[in-house]
Amino acid sequence: MKKAPKRFLVVLIAALSVFLLFVNAYAKEPYKIGALLAVTGPASFLGEPEKNTVLMLKDQINKAGGINGHPLEIIIEDTKSDETQAVLSAKKLLENDKVLAIIGPSTTGESMALVPILNTAATPLLSCAAGAPITQPVKDRTWIFKTPQYDISAVEAIYGYMKKHGISKVGIITISTGFGDAGKKALLEIAPKYGMTIVAEEKYGPKDSDMTTQLTKIKAAGAQAVINWSVGPGQVVVTKNWHALKMGIPLYQSHGWGSKKNIELAGKAAEGVIAPLGRLVIWDKLPDKHRQKALLKKYTQDYEALYKSDPGTFGGHAYDSIMMIVEALKKVGPDKKKIRDYVETKIKKWPGTGGIFNISPDDHCGLDKSAFEMVVVKNGDWEILK
Amino acid sequence: MKKEDLLSFLIFIFLIILLPVISGSTYTLTVGIFSGINALVAIGLCILMGYAGQVSLGQAGFYGIGAYISSILSVHAGLPIVISAICAMIVAAIAAMILAVPALRLKGHYLAVATLGFGEIIYVILNEWGPGGPSGFGDIPHFGLLGYTIDSTTGYFYLIWGLVALVMLFSINLINSGTGRALRAIHDSDLACNAMGLNVTALKIKVFILSAVYASLAGSLYAHYVTFISPSSFSLFYSILVLMMVIVGGVTNLWGAVIGAVVITVLPELLRRFEELDVLVYGLILTLSLMFFRKGLVPILIEKIKKLREFAVAKH
Amino acid sequence: MLTVFLQFLFSGLTVGAVYALVGIGFNITYNATSIINLAQGEFVVIGGLMMWFFAESLKLPFLVSVAFTILSAGIVGLLMERLTIKPLKNPDLLLMIMITVAVSIVLRGVLMFSFGKDPYVYPSFTEGEPLSIYGAIIQQQTLWVIGITGFCIILLFFFFKKTMIGKAMLACAVNPTAAKLVGINVSRMVMLSFVLSAVVGAIGGMAITPISLMEYDKGPMLAVKGFCAAIMGGLGTNRGAVLGGFIIGILESMTAGYIHSGLKDAVALIILLLILFFKPAGIFVSKAMHQLRKF
Repeated sequence: MKKAPKRFLVVLIAALSVFLLFVNAYAKEPYKIGALLAVTGPASFLGEPEKNTVLMLKDQINKAGGINGHPLEIIIEDTKSDETQAVLSAKKLLENDKVLAIIGPSTTGESMALVPILNTAATPLLSCAAGAPITQPVKDRTWIFKTPQYDISAVEAIYGYMKKHGISKVGIITISTGFGDAGKKALLEIAPKYGMTIVAEEKYGPKDSDMTTQLTKIKAAGAQAVINWSVGPGQVVVTKNWHALKMGIPLYQSHGWGSKKNIELAGKAAEGVIAPLGRLVIWDKLPDKHRQKALLKKYTQDYEALYKSDPGTFGGHAYDSIMMIVEALKKVGPDKKKIRDYVETKIKKWPGTGGIFNISPDDHCGLDKSAFEMVVVKNGDWEILK
Repeated sequence: MKKEDLLSFLIFIFLIILLPVISGSTYTLTVGIFSGINALVAIGLCILMGYAGQVSLGQAGFYGIGAYISSILSVHAGLPIVISAICAMIVAAIAAMILAVPALRLKGHYLAVATLGFGEIIYVILNEWGPGGPSGFGDIPHFGLLGYTIDSTTGYFYLIWGLVALVMLFSINLINSGTGRALRAIHDSDLACNAMGLNVTALKIKVFILSAVYASLAGSLYAHYVTFISPSSFSLFYSILVLMMVIVGGVTNLWGAVIGAVVITVLPELLRRFEELDVLVYGLILTLSLMFFRKGLVPILIEKIKKLREFAVAKH
Repeated sequence: MLTVFLQFLFSGLTVGAVYALVGIGFNITYNATSIINLAQGEFVVIGGLMMWFFAESLKLPFLVSVAFTILSAGIVGLLMERLTIKPLKNPDLLLMIMITVAVSIVLRGVLMFSFGKDPYVYPSFTEGEPLSIYGAIIQQQTLWVIGITGFCIILLFFFFKKTMIGKAMLACAVNPTAAKLVGINVSRMVMLSFVLSAVVGAIGGMAITPISLMEYDKGPMLAVKGFCAAIMGGLGTNRGAVLGGFIIGILESMTAGYIHSGLKDAVALIILLLILFFKPAGIFVSKAMHQLRKF
């Protein structure tokens, strides 16, 4: 009685081993990509939806058979919104994990710290941060690309709209972090081009509770509109303060405003707030023919089904970075230089969440102000302004 | 130098030389580089705390001064890096003096509060008026001397740890000298020292300046390694981190500062696998080690070694 | 002109009230134990987030939510004291402070894990139009914040000056051995001080969240500013912390308003340094009393 089951077990194990060996011989090498995201720390607003997007896409791609049969492996490292950590994590990904390309990091500061490292390692970096210095000057950014729109493009969208509506005196209020600072520089730089006069420049910190002082100053300086440039709770506090003060002049936000959560948190104070938003946030208001609509719809619905919240503007940057690399891998295979060349030359009229990309050797970002729609909050929802 | 110190020092040199040989991975070496930079700051703080009995919660300020001044001078004024770093150390020393003179008149831990204020003010200044503001600035040249630039990870590793070794040598000699003994006396009783004619305040100021200079050197090395700096690396968080390094390593022992720096720098790397939980685990490890290894890792290790020796001797 | 000035003033009062409550929290712990509890800021965050949890997520009635939030904060304070402070025999003060820092990291980690990184908000305690005084508006919630702070101060005053327990807590800080000799259960007083300071912090968080939202990492900034408030007024005196908090809040607002908003954060620190260099005892503490203190 004892011998029979034992022998059977041995045969079973042997068969299984042969089977596994068989299968393994045919299993294809995974394609490894690194993702450096600010999952924790002050920039986690960016890193969290980016990470969720990365995980979701990885599963979708692998379920559909991988890339030409090769499974896609994405190694995510948390940079904790810190440059030193970004450097360490990048080295780990390049050295230990030997990734083919890296997407991220989430912030401009971290991206800048990585520029020399990725250039030296001859590995493509598709940053999810917006700062212009990330991809300029192009001749020193051979391996560096970015998928978010330029801050200048968002500012141009705002100023263009303002000019059409007879506004020429603006007060700006920005957050004292890299994001706000980049916005401020862009706002100041392009103001003359659109005939704008900046009558007040105010700032606040990331954890400040009340901005009525700054807004009062802006009103007193004679501004016809207020522009707030920040991400995080600051946007909501400014909006609530603006509403409570009954300032009487319109409030414009940066493209960081693009998340339903902000409308929810600000409540009725959000009515009438205008911002240039990437189409990801307002996909359902687009005409069906629009080239981005289908992918925006799928991405948003898949994300919401999986994570029970909307991805907001920032998750989309990770989407664009990953999909560009995936496409490159499909077309040219696991070769770092070929991937880089593909991204630089073949991403043309490419619909992504950020806009329609036209990357070239002179522009490693490929988006301009047409990536934005001017949107107003109406009845607790977005409405595209004509 | 005392026998134990010499032995420790030789083992230390041996380890430094050995590491890049056993591990060619630039990742490991990079972790090593950051550990070394942190060690420099920690050693300065350790002398201040363990020997002069003063606490500083503002080392990040001097670290930031070192990073920014050195970078600004080498990028915008085109000065050679070594000169820029030295200028930064001078600025840090002056800042330390300005801070220390009134602050050291304060009782006990009020110096700590003053240093906290100082560190935060430096951060605000850097954030508001530093080049690039909160976005920071880059294209900082790699460390170089007389036309020879160090830009390989291994090279940088040896540079940093070589400097750590020099600083340790200097510091150990300081501790064992007359000045060092005076410092230890102050730690035990200000009053007694004053009674014996020791200029306590002058000595404390000197030590404070020394810790600032070490931190500034570390800051310059950091800037010229990462080639991009922004104010966020120089906040109160960093000051507290350095304090942790000294305490975890053992306030009363200089090697403790080095070991503490390595431990605190390496720990987050080891905790990567925990993903979101890593902050929690990090906090728990810190809390537990502060509670149960109060004296610090190095003193406890020394105790254990002594006990083992006694045990071995007793057996015979 | 007046309108603008008043507006700056109201803004300053709003944030000043929270700094004051944090400062008071520091004082309570310090008074009973001579420890500076650098996790004090985290209690404020707990107050705001737990209030959201009870009121918005579980949809409990307002007063019930308030009660539960206070209870939660008290429990956290209790746990912190029992698990990390009590077990240590004769600890070095510096070590204790470092432990509170480590605990604050743990608390932040737990909060991040439970609530994520998003900001949270719930409606103001009373809905309605803001009041207008000479053209400057003051939101109803701001009045609540200031009112609640005032109420806490009065309650604490009575507690420390008039009740046995309060006086016992003060006795512990001045001389724990003597306190023990007269029969005070020092260990229990220490525990109580942590619970009380946690509750006070949480109350601040509960009140400010409708105005400024609350996220998991608001703690450290509040701790630093609240600490400045406490030092400025004289560590250990609640009157001092209150005055310190409001002064810092108002000066920050005035600096942002009349000088430059980029300098706002430096204000609290510069005041701190000036106080330390010229009157380290703080505004309300006499030099003699200052010398008596251990810290």
